[in-house]
Order: sequence, then C-alpha cells, then structure tokens
Amino acid sequence: MGEVIVVTSGKGGVGKTTTTANIGTGLAMDGHKVVLVDSDIGLRNLDVVMGLENRIVYDIVDVVDGFCRLKQALIKDKRFDDLYLLPAAQTKDKTAVSPEQMKGLCEELKQEFDYVLVDSPAGIEQGFRNAIAGAEKAIIVTTPEVAAVRDADRIIGLLEAEGKEGPSLVINRLRHHMVKRGDMMDIEDMIDILAIDLLGVIPEDEYIVVSTNRGEPAILNKNSLAGRAYRNISRRIQGEDVPLMPLDTEPSLLERLRRLMGFSSK
Amino acid sequence: MNLFNRVLGREGPSKEVAKERLRLVLVHDRVGVSPQFLEVLKEDLIRVISQYMEIDDASMRVDLSGSNNSVALVANIPIKRVKRGLIAKTRRQEETVPR
Ligand SMILES: Nc1ncnc2c1ncn2[C@@H]1O[C@H](COP(=O)(O)OP(=O)(O)OP(=O)(O)O)[C@@H](O)[C@H]1O
Ligand SMILES: [Mg+2]
Repeated sequence: MGEVIVVTSGKGGVGKTTTTANIGTGLAMDGHKVVLVDSDIGLRNLDVVMGLENRIVYDIVDVVDGFCRLKQALIKDKRFDDLYLLPAAQTKDKTAVSPEQMKGLCEELKQEFDYVLVDSPAGIEQGFRNAIAGAEKAIIVTTPEVAAVRDADRIIGLLEAEGKEGPSLVINRLRHHMVKRGDMMDIEDMIDILAIDLLGVIPEDEYIVVSTNRGEPAILNKNSLAGRAYRNISRRIQGEDVPLMPLDTEPSLLERLRRLMGFSSK
Repeated sequence: MNLFNRVLGREGPSKEVAKERLRLVLVHDRVGVSPQFLEVLKEDLIRVISQYMEIDDASMRVDLSGSNNSVALVANIPIKRVKRGLIAKTRRQEETVPR
C-alpha cells in the first residue's frame, strides 16, 4: 500500500507544480510506482510541466462522474514506465469534485502505486480541501518572502487542525547571493519561524524555465542545480539521509564567460 | 547601518526587517485563526486571578494590541474586591524570608 502526499503552499506561484513534477519523476527514477494527481481543476498545469499535454483523453472529473474508469484516465509518462499522471479538468471548476470523492480516488490509487503525489491549487478554499482530503502527509512549498511564509504558516495551522501528520517544508527559489548580503531570509530563519521539519531547499535556477519550456522536469538534468536539489529531496522521501547541498556555488568565472559568449552548459 | 551605506542613501539589509514583520504578523494570524484561543486564555486568567481577587469577569476584556514593532496582550480586568486573607498571608511570608 502506497502513501499519499499532498504538495501545497497557500500562496500561488511558489513552485508546487514544479515540485510535484520533479519529486514524482525522482521517485520513478528510483523504480517506484508513482502517480501524480493534478487537483488544480480549471487551471491544469502539471500535464504541461511533464510534457504530457498532448496525450490527455479523460480527466479527474470524468473519473468521479463515472464517464470513464480510473485506469483509462491515467496517462503514462514518456520516460518512465511506472510514472503516471491523472490530469485535472480544464473546463470545470473546483466544485466538480468533492473532498469525499477525492479521498476515495486516493484510496484507490494507493492500492496500485507506491507514491500518490497530489499537486494542490493555491488558496485555502475547496480546491485545497480536495487536495488534502486523501493525503497522509503534506509538503509545504514556500519562497523566502514574507507573504509566502505567512501563507505557509496559515496552511500549517489548517493541516494541524485536520489532524494531518507533521508537514515538511521545501524552500524554493533561494538566491544564495541575496542571503549572503542579508537581503533574503535564510534557511534557519524560516525553519525557526515556521517550526517545521525541512525537507529540502531548491535554489533559484533559470533551468527550471528551460525545463518547463521543454516539458522535461529539471531533475532529469544533472547539470541543473535545482534538479540536483530535487534529486536529494526525492531520496530523503525514500528515507535516505542526504545532507543539504551547498548552494554557494556561484557561477565560476569560466562559466560566466561561457554564458556571456553563448556557450552555456545549461 | 554603516557610514558608507548612509552616504549612499542605502538602507541596511532587508532580511531583518522581513523577519521582524513576519514575526509580528504571525502573532496576529495565529491567534486570529482560532477564535477560541483568546476565550480559553481568558478563562484560565479568570481562574488564576480569582484566587487573589474578586473580578468582574462579565466585563473583562482580553485582546491583542499591536503597534509598529510589538504586539501586546492587553487584559482589562475590573476588580471588585481584593481578598484580605491572602494579603495577610503574603505579608507573613515576606517577614519570614531570611535576608
Ligand atoms: N527554483 C526555481 N527557479 C526558477 N524559477 C522557478 C523555480 N521554481 C518555480 N519557478 C517558476 O515559477 C513559476 C511558478 O511555478 P509553479 O507553476 O510550479 O508554481 P505553483 O505553486 O504550482 O503555481 P500555482 O499556484 O499557480 O499553481 C513557474 O514559471 C516556474 O517555472
Ligand atoms: Mg500549480
């Protein structure tokens, strides 16, 4: 029996979908059976980030409405045989699925899969309620900014009230040079304020944009710093004790020269 | 802020400002999320204070009050009467405390 993990944040645009796609791919790289559930009904994105948008036939609403069986709606990943996506509906709204239906769906999926990762929409309304309904664990994504951390705190409170297991934190888009000059909260500051366990830190990385352009999660690229950080996170989820990656690898002079001249390795 | 930055008109690192603002906003958020929080705290306060004085718990008020850089728990507790027995007792204790 697998486990259901929701990726959520409160604030929009902090990297939930990016995180879901990368961690899911990472778990599949290690041979696990993984399904990614896009619960952002009306604003589906996970399909595009995974590069699977052209293969969608049925979606999550079709499944709960009984138009198709769950198996029929699952889209197989291009790269890994045991990685699947259950896409959100694009034309419906959040109320098309209820928390109870979502719970039932997760129950069914975890019979088949080792990991069920649910990509949550932003906010604290029904879309969020749906996303957490069937989850045992939660990953909270935040950026080192006041508004994002504040919303993360709110979400942590709501999850606590729901009796969910202690959530863990992913700090995304950390800019080391800004931390160094004292213009960005560092890891310790945020852990101290939110008082939850740290799952990992993802640096700001241009390659994330490139990878979304291509529909290939950054974790597949060993040269991407964010990709490597996601790799570490997915190993931590599997119980491995992986130390935090040093983020002070400012681009070397050579690398900067290469980029200037257009020979970038990324 | 050092002289160099002041001359340039630059302010100090903004991280400390962010942390401080976040700390204050979270005090309000965390209390505000649970309307019961202040009620439960109020009941506990009444229980403890009632051992020392008779208070008017109906018109007692407990609130958060914030200014620019601090949040305070403000309790307004009308006292009806102070219990005499306890005053005598604390005075006796004071006298027996060795210097
Ligand atoms: N570490 C990173 N470095 C650079 N860009 C990033 C990073 N993480 C995310 N982004 C970019 O930020 C944007 C938002 O990311 P994403 O869609 O994953 O957020 P989200 O939390 O799912 O948003 P929403 O709340 O709208 O669902 C995307 O354009 C993505 O490419
Ligand atoms: Mg998203």
